[in-house]
Amino acid sequence: MDLIRVKNVNKQYKNGVTAIYDLNLSIKKGSFVFVIGGSGSGKSTFIKMLYREEKPSSGEIFVGGINVAKLRNSKVYKLRRKLGIVFQDYRLLPKLTVYENVAFTMESIGATKAETRRKVLKALELVGLKAKIHNYPDQLSGGEQQRVAIARAIVNEPRILLCDEPTGNLDPDRSMEIVKVLEEINKTCGTTIIMATHDKEIVNKMQKEVVLLKDGRLIKHLEKGGYEE
Amino acid sequence: MKFFRTLRRSIRDAFKSVFRNFSLSLASISCITITLIIVAISILITFNVQNFTREMEKDLTIVVFLDTDATEEDSKIVMEKLENMSNVESLTYQSKTAIKEEMRKENEVFNEVMSTWSEEDNPLKDTFQVKVKAVEKIADTAKRIEKLDKVSTVRYGEGMVDNLIVAFEAAQKVSYGMVIALILVTVFLIINTIKLTIFSRKREISIMRLVGASNFTIKTPFIIEGMVLGIFGSIIPILTVCFGYVALYNHFDGYLYSRMITLIEPEPFIYMVSGIVLVIGIIVGMIGSASAVRKYLKI
Ligand SMILES: Nc1ncnc2c1ncn2[C@@H]1O[C@H](COP(=O)(O)OP(=O)(O)OP(=O)(O)O)[C@@H](O)[C@H]1O
Ligand SMILES: [Mg+2]
Repeated sequence: MDLIRVKNVNKQYKNGVTAIYDLNLSIKKGSFVFVIGGSGSGKSTFIKMLYREEKPSSGEIFVGGINVAKLRNSKVYKLRRKLGIVFQDYRLLPKLTVYENVAFTMESIGATKAETRRKVLKALELVGLKAKIHNYPDQLSGGEQQRVAIARAIVNEPRILLCDEPTGNLDPDRSMEIVKVLEEINKTCGTTIIMATHDKEIVNKMQKEVVLLKDGRLIKHLEKGGYEE
Repeated sequence: MKFFRTLRRSIRDAFKSVFRNFSLSLASISCITITLIIVAISILITFNVQNFTREMEKDLTIVVFLDTDATEEDSKIVMEKLENMSNVESLTYQSKTAIKEEMRKENEVFNEVMSTWSEEDNPLKDTFQVKVKAVEKIADTAKRIEKLDKVSTVRYGEGMVDNLIVAFEAAQKVSYGMVIALILVTVFLIINTIKLTIFSRKREISIMRLVGASNFTIKTPFIIEGMVLGIFGSIIPILTVCFGYVALYNHFDGYLYSRMITLIEPEPFIYMVSGIVLVIGIIVGMIGSASAVRKYLKI
């Protein structure tokens, strides 16, 4: 079953730059996909269109049955509840503790206290941060902060986890740890993971599904593979 | 259930935010307070003016004196004509004999003097007391009555009462204008306060949006924050109304200048005014925050 289907998508930004040309691809439920390509190849644009931060200029995108291109602004939250999103810069709230940062998702969608507590602890356990739930973000290493961000993204048990260069700010060892966490989530929860990266080492080591973009065009889509340009 | 949870969280966030940006909130609250005090004073004055103009209007009548030689027949004709005038609400007739009897009853000296008057040499005049429908047209009506046959003189509260009513109406218009202007200024200030709250929480809002908070969830705390500002801002004005008006009322013993101008009794008047002030505070706060949300929370 295709969880994500992209059909004839073009994306031109308002300033006239075309970031994606005629993109067609589909991603199956439960996959772990690396989106790779050089700088400016359109990886972030692709991810942004999946969570409806950007709208395609033409074409159709279906994410978990939702027609993303046609989704009204006021209904975007319905899509976002099916997704978890992780960025290179973590985007944690500095005045909240680890626990509160993760609980923020649950509170934002109106979950009960009991459900929040149960799911937050489970998510923090999954990313291996249960011991630091009362710390503030500035008391954590970069890798730990990113794991908090991942916990926040998966706490509501989304079907898809989108990651835009989640290891971009981390050294190779921390990066590998993060990818291992993602792989764990992919295996234990069945969450579909889409990760944009230009980290060759990781892509080569993991041997997962690979989508290669170049100058906004899809060059290769492999079931299993390493980093190649 | 989820709705109430979201609402509870919104209220909590709103209060938190009011205290987090305390100096900013205080500026808004002060401005609402000043506005509402003026609004409250305007309301107190307006209601009182309305009250005593109404009282006065009730008492305002035209007295029509007929010629001394007017016969009973003549008074009947005049009465008919008066009844047909459009601005005439009601009239009461008093014959000169009736007036004489009344005066004799009231005063011993009058009694002595008038006892000798026969029906023919009674110098008093038959009168009509005319109540009008529209007080502002009273001068016009009086003029038309004066032109009737057998009418000698027409008297009404010329000058003083008229001028008083005109002056009060002008004062009322000025206070309306002032209240509207002040509300506009307050709304503007609240918009700016909420704008700063929104800006200071931009990061939080963008993350809420990212993790799937609905627009309702995102907007409500800001709307409630505006309402909370309005509620805080109406505390001092309400106290001013309650204690100030009662003190004023007691000090003047319920009257202003003369017995003619009566003040409205404090209870339940002050509760009504307090209620109005609170509702205006909340509505103004809500309008301010709603426009800020629409303008600066592009979701
Ligand atoms: N908001 C925007 N407005 C205009 N042009 C943009 C915008 N965002 C991206 N672009 C352009 O679109 C193209 C693709 O950008 P994108 O960010 O998707 O690349 P990327 O593959 O993520 O690159 P990187 O590896 O450096 O993150 C680039 O040419 C970029 O300049
Ligand atoms: Mg990018």
